[in-house]
Amino acid sequence: MNAEAIKTEVKADDRPYFDAPSKMSAKNVSVFYGDKRAIDDVSIEIPQRYVTAFIGPSGCGKSTFLRSLNRMNDTIANARVEGEILLDGEDIYKSGMDVVQLRARVGMVFQKPNPFPKSIYDNIAYGPKIHGLTGSKAELDEIVEQSLRRAGLWDEVKDRLADSGTALSGGQQQRLCIARAIAVDPEVILMDEPCSALDPIATARIEELIDELRGRFAIVIVTHSMQQAARVSQRTAFFHLGKVVEYGKTSDIFTNPREERTKDYITGRYG
Amino acid sequence: MSPAILLLLAFGLSLFGWLAARSRAWAFRKSASGVRLHSLPNFHGWYVALWIGVPALLFAVLWNTISSTLITAHVMADPAASLLPGFGFERETMLAEARAVAEGKAFGVFNEEAQGLIAPYRTAITLYDSIGLIVTILVGFAGGAFAFLRLKPDFTARTRVERAVMALLLIASLVAILTTIGIIASLVFETVRFFGMVSPIDFLFGTHWSPDPMSSGAPNGKDYGAIPLFWGTIYIGAIIAMIVAIPLGLMSAIFLTQYASSGVRKVMKPLLEILAGVPTVVYGYFAALTVAPMVRDAAQAIGISSASTESAVAAGLVMGIMIIPFVSSMADDSIAAVPQAMRDGSLAMGATTAETITKVLVPAALPGIVAGVMLAISRAIGETMIVVMAAGASANLTANPFESMTTVTFQIVAMLTGEGSFDHPATLSAFALGMVLFLVTLTLNFIALRVVKRYREAYE
Repeated sequence: MNAEAIKTEVKADDRPYFDAPSKMSAKNVSVFYGDKRAIDDVSIEIPQRYVTAFIGPSGCGKSTFLRSLNRMNDTIANARVEGEILLDGEDIYKSGMDVVQLRARVGMVFQKPNPFPKSIYDNIAYGPKIHGLTGSKAELDEIVEQSLRRAGLWDEVKDRLADSGTALSGGQQQRLCIARAIAVDPEVILMDEPCSALDPIATARIEELIDELRGRFAIVIVTHSMQQAARVSQRTAFFHLGKVVEYGKTSDIFTNPREERTKDYITGRYG
Repeated sequence: MSPAILLLLAFGLSLFGWLAARSRAWAFRKSASGVRLHSLPNFHGWYVALWIGVPALLFAVLWNTISSTLITAHVMADPAASLLPGFGFERETMLAEARAVAEGKAFGVFNEEAQGLIAPYRTAITLYDSIGLIVTILVGFAGGAFAFLRLKPDFTARTRVERAVMALLLIASLVAILTTIGIIASLVFETVRFFGMVSPIDFLFGTHWSPDPMSSGAPNGKDYGAIPLFWGTIYIGAIIAMIVAIPLGLMSAIFLTQYASSGVRKVMKPLLEILAGVPTVVYGYFAALTVAPMVRDAAQAIGISSASTESAVAAGLVMGIMIIPFVSSMADDSIAAVPQAMRDGSLAMGATTAETITKVLVPAALPGIVAGVMLAISRAIGETMIVVMAAGASANLTANPFESMTTVTFQIVAMLTGEGSFDHPATLSAFALGMVLFLVTLTLNFIALRVVKRYREAYE
């Protein structure tokens, strides 16, 4: 699919909020670290093919909630999740759920670019290899090229695929991480402040990329920057003290917030 | 004058200078309001103390080395000295006897002629000791006065003291380096002597090792072929021991960092590190008394009749166990040092913990692991006690691990503690062996450092 096609598709998708089919939905989710309640009774719908932004002041639980969407909180010893999180109607916390399969479907990009200390090629090939997505070297080459192209990195690195991924610039590393996440063909991509370690030019590049990608995946992005949320997302959830204060179309949240607290945050009164 | 008293004296004077200078610095501050000292009063104190202590100590050390010669010269000038025999052993003995009595270390002299020298020794010792004491005090005072007179409110005492401390640190670091150079020099010197008697070709490439420390005449180069020793060292230390230590060490590190709960880790890690603290002699007992007979019985049970009680396998196994903590703690540290972000990145791709460990964590930690293995090998091939007790002394060139073998370190001990005289080639061969061992460990450490550097550059 070329970029033109993606753009038209995106335009066609710009439907009102409740029209969008839901990809993931959280119902009465609470997350605890030990006795501390980090997320308190959050219910939210993540629509198909949209970018959903989580905004809110530091420590409001938006990253915690994001990590619970692909069970990355499992790696934290005393974290506990209550409530239901559905992916295509299936509870991801039900017993017998295979975390490996879940994470292949719900990919993640982290705050700090974290390419593996391997070649650029091997960074992308890692996911397809561990999931056995390819049968031959040629297929793998194809996936690597396609993923790098989608992440807008192909032209910059095609002549040095054997170089270490860690030798790239910060912005390139982050796009490499996005390409790596795309390579396993996920359905949802979670991004945890993907631009916070990048300069404005690299940030603009990533934002463009997010916009290009949303036609194919449901994207959830946590961000500190309200401008960024306004630029890239169609849906915005405002988190405060572990609760979702307001959730709706991005344009509504930023121009016409229903809640006083949302308005205060957006106009920069606190946070 | 005993060195201890001079030392105490120098310290006492320094302390005095320190207190005096510090109170003077305080006085500057009190004398006029608005006067700002460049340095804290303590630094003024240290400055003066250093100027007292360092020259006084240097003089005391110097005096200690030359006063003995001066005393002897003084005694020689005494008429009683003319009674001494000319030169040689007897003369030295008498002088030493007289001196010992004069210093109160002995009660009487054995040789009559020495009796007359006691009194001159006494006067000379008293004289030079008093000179030493007085000059030490004078030197201390001179240094202290020079320093004390320079004190002013804006005197830069702090920078000067810091410079002195830096010089001290430099000297401290030079001590280790100079010692290493000294060790190399002594090794090289003796090795060259050895190669003057035995050709390096015979030594490095010969396959027969049976030096006879009692032999006389020109050494037979054919008896100094060290290949069996090199082979034994590599076979026991770098092959058998590593076959044991690398997998066990790596696996325990992976278990401890990735799978063990923090409670288990808290108990197991120190327990594992205790292994490193066990004296190698104790490992030697264990190898000789427990493992070696077990190995022999096992070998005989499977039909290897040549198996002896002293075997390469017994020594290698125990050495491998001894080395486990080295490998595991280096691997543990470097796996734990891989950023959590790597682990999260891999897990978020849907990798299992096992895939994350083998494909991301271990490759990322490889420099540390390789360095740990290299250090472990150099430790293993330098190990002596286990081989002495379990591997035997016969220089066999064989691949059969159940036979007795010997190593470079064992032969160094055997040659140096033997009955041969020090200029015999058999004794000197120990230095050539030591030199080879030193070069090998040096190369291993060098490679380890290079590997670490290469990977680290790629990693950051």
